[in-house]
Order: sequence, then structure tokens, then C-alpha cells
Amino acid sequence: MKLKTVFLFVIFLGLISCKKEVAKNEKVEIDTPQIAVRSYSYSELKPLLEKKDHKTYVINFWATWCAPCVKELPAFEKLNKQYASKDVEVLLVSLDFPKQVEKKLIPFIARKNLQSKVVLLDDINEDVWIKAIDSSWSGAIPATIIYNKNSRKFYKKTFDYQTLESELQTFLKQ
Amino acid sequence: MMKLLKLIVLITSIGLLTAFTLKSVDTGYRIGESIEDFSLMNIDETMVSLADYEDAKGFIIVFTCNTCPYSVANEDRIIALDKKYKTQGFPVIAINPNDPFVVPDDSFEKMKVRVQEKGFTFPYLLDVGQKVYPKFGATKTPEVYIVTQNDLKVQYIGAIDNSSRDANKVTEKYVENAVAALLAGKKIKKTKTSAIGCSIKK
Repeated sequence: MKLKTVFLFVIFLGLISCKKEVAKNEKVEIDTPQIAVRSYSYSELKPLLEKKDHKTYVINFWATWCAPCVKELPAFEKLNKQYASKDVEVLLVSLDFPKQVEKKLIPFIARKNLQSKVVLLDDINEDVWIKAIDSSWSGAIPATIIYNKNSRKFYKKTFDYQTLESELQTFLKQ
Repeated sequence: MMKLLKLIVLITSIGLLTAFTLKSVDTGYRIGESIEDFSLMNIDETMVSLADYEDAKGFIIVFTCNTCPYSVANEDRIIALDKKYKTQGFPVIAINPNDPFVVPDDSFEKMKVRVQEKGFTFPYLLDVGQKVYPKFGATKTPEVYIVTQNDLKVQYIGAIDNSSRDANKVTEKYVENAVAALLAGKKIKKTKTSAIGCSIKK
């Protein structure tokens, strides 16, 4: 009799733990089919870095595996939200590994609910396009470009919202 | 009294202004500049300096770490460089420039683990106190500095090849070309290249 009780108890425990796991999975499941990230070669991305319209563009080079990049993303998201009505557009150019777009980049975008446009830069000739983007850039990320048809500035540093906003405002005041 | 105060304010302002402008100037060794030798601890707990290598013709110094995916993606290529050029007089010397307090996975103990796991054939030194990498002006990992032995001059700064993210797509091997040129007594065609990497953590 005792053995039967122990046996049933163990099965009961097993069932409970299985249930817990299912609950965990259900919570973590993210619906990502709508998120697509377009992959650009540098020559395809280049036109997005030199538009001559009435807008001001904020281009941030980042990657999901880059801790300081991820830390400053909220500042760019906030900027995108606050200044969209003022003809400002934020573009997040990811330098994630192309093979990890489905596994890492898209789930990241979903988890953080990124509203800014995200694209992937997939071009092996890094030396060529890094220098084309800015001759002083060593390739360290994060890096940011703010530009409009009148001027362009390249930043090799991380931003907090206040600093980013004040830099943007120098462009909007032109 | 007022005059003195005004002078103090003026000097402080100039000081602050120049401090900010000086900060933005790129520092570090330039091509052709001689470096200062260093003494850093290897994972086997011995100290390593370039002066230890009396028979070397030069060094392939690589700033790399355990945690940067770009560094990790280049590890096999770094090992291959050492295997190819150590016997020709150009050994690889790897230096981890990150602060382990900021990145625990870049600790000395974790470096030992990585060496065992990957079978690094070269010294893997920790830049304790982070005094060496600023002298080089390294801004990211991975980053290579090729230095000749007799004059300790920097001959090349930059990436290993033109496809850091994908070893299968390499069409130009910058470091190999540079070392081959040095061994043949020829001029290096590309002395400075750029590639994406992780900023150094301090």
C-alpha cells in the first residue's frame, strides 16, 4: 500500500512539473510572423543615407549582441516617437549575423516592441563601406549618423536621450 | 578680486573646452610609429613581453576577447594565422582589453577556459588595468596590429580579412597579405582597414 502511495505521489509531482513547463512556454511564446527584416547590401543601403528631401534622418548602427547598442536603443525609440510629426525618421541598421535574423534579431524586435524601422546590413566588404560611411570610423558599434539635405554628422559614441535630442535639435534649427 | 575671479572663470572655461575637444581626437599608434613594449600576464600566469621573442621578425598582435561574437567568429582564423606564421617569425599575440568587472565572461579564469576549449596556440594576455590598449588606440575587438621586431614599428592596423562575419566569403586576406609583404621585403598595399567589432568595455 505504501509503495503504491509513493508511486502515485511521484507521478503526481511529475504531472505538476510538466504543467509548470507548459505554462512557462505559453507565456514566452511570441507571435513574430508579421515581423520581417529586409537585408541590404551597402549599395542598396547607400540611398537611405543620403536622401535629399525635407526630412531629418537618424541612422543608428547596432546589433543585438552589442550591449552598449541595446542600452541606448530606448533613446532612439523615444526620439522616433517624439519627433515623427516633425519630419524626423529613425532607421536602425542591424549588423547582426545574417544567419541569426530569424533566431535572434526578429525575436529581439518583438520582445522590445521596436517601432523604428529595422534593416539588416549584409555586405562583406566592411572596409569599403565603413570608410564610405565615415573615413574616421574604425567599425566599432554603436555609431550614429544624423543628416538632412543641408548637413550630416557622424557620431562614434553612445547616446542618452538628452544628448541625442539636443544633437537632433541642431539639425532641426537649420 | 573681481579680475582674479574673471581670470579663473576664463581659464576654467578654456580648460573645459579643450578637454572636450582633445577627447574627440583619435589617439593611439599610427602606421610607422614605434610602440612601447608591454608586460602582460598570460593565461599560464607567466608575464609576456615582445622582448621575450628574440628570434621573431615581427608580431601579429590581436585585441580579442571571449564575449564579442565578431571575435569568436574570427578565432579559427586567428589560430590559422599563428599556425602559418609562427614558424616564419610572425607569431600571434592575443590581448583581451576588456574590464572583467564590466564583462564577467572576459575574466582571466574564463580566458583560461577559452584557450583550453579552442586550443589557442598563442599567448592570450589580459590587459590588467587597461593601460596597454589605449596606447595602441584600439577601439574594438577584434583588431589587429602588425609590428616589426627590430624597430617595434606598426606596419598594419585593422581587420583580419574582408569578411569578418563569414569566413566562407573571404576574398581578401589583409593580415596574410601584409605579413607576406613584410617577409618578402615589399611594401604593404593596404596598411589600414576597418571592420565591424565590439567596442572595448571599460
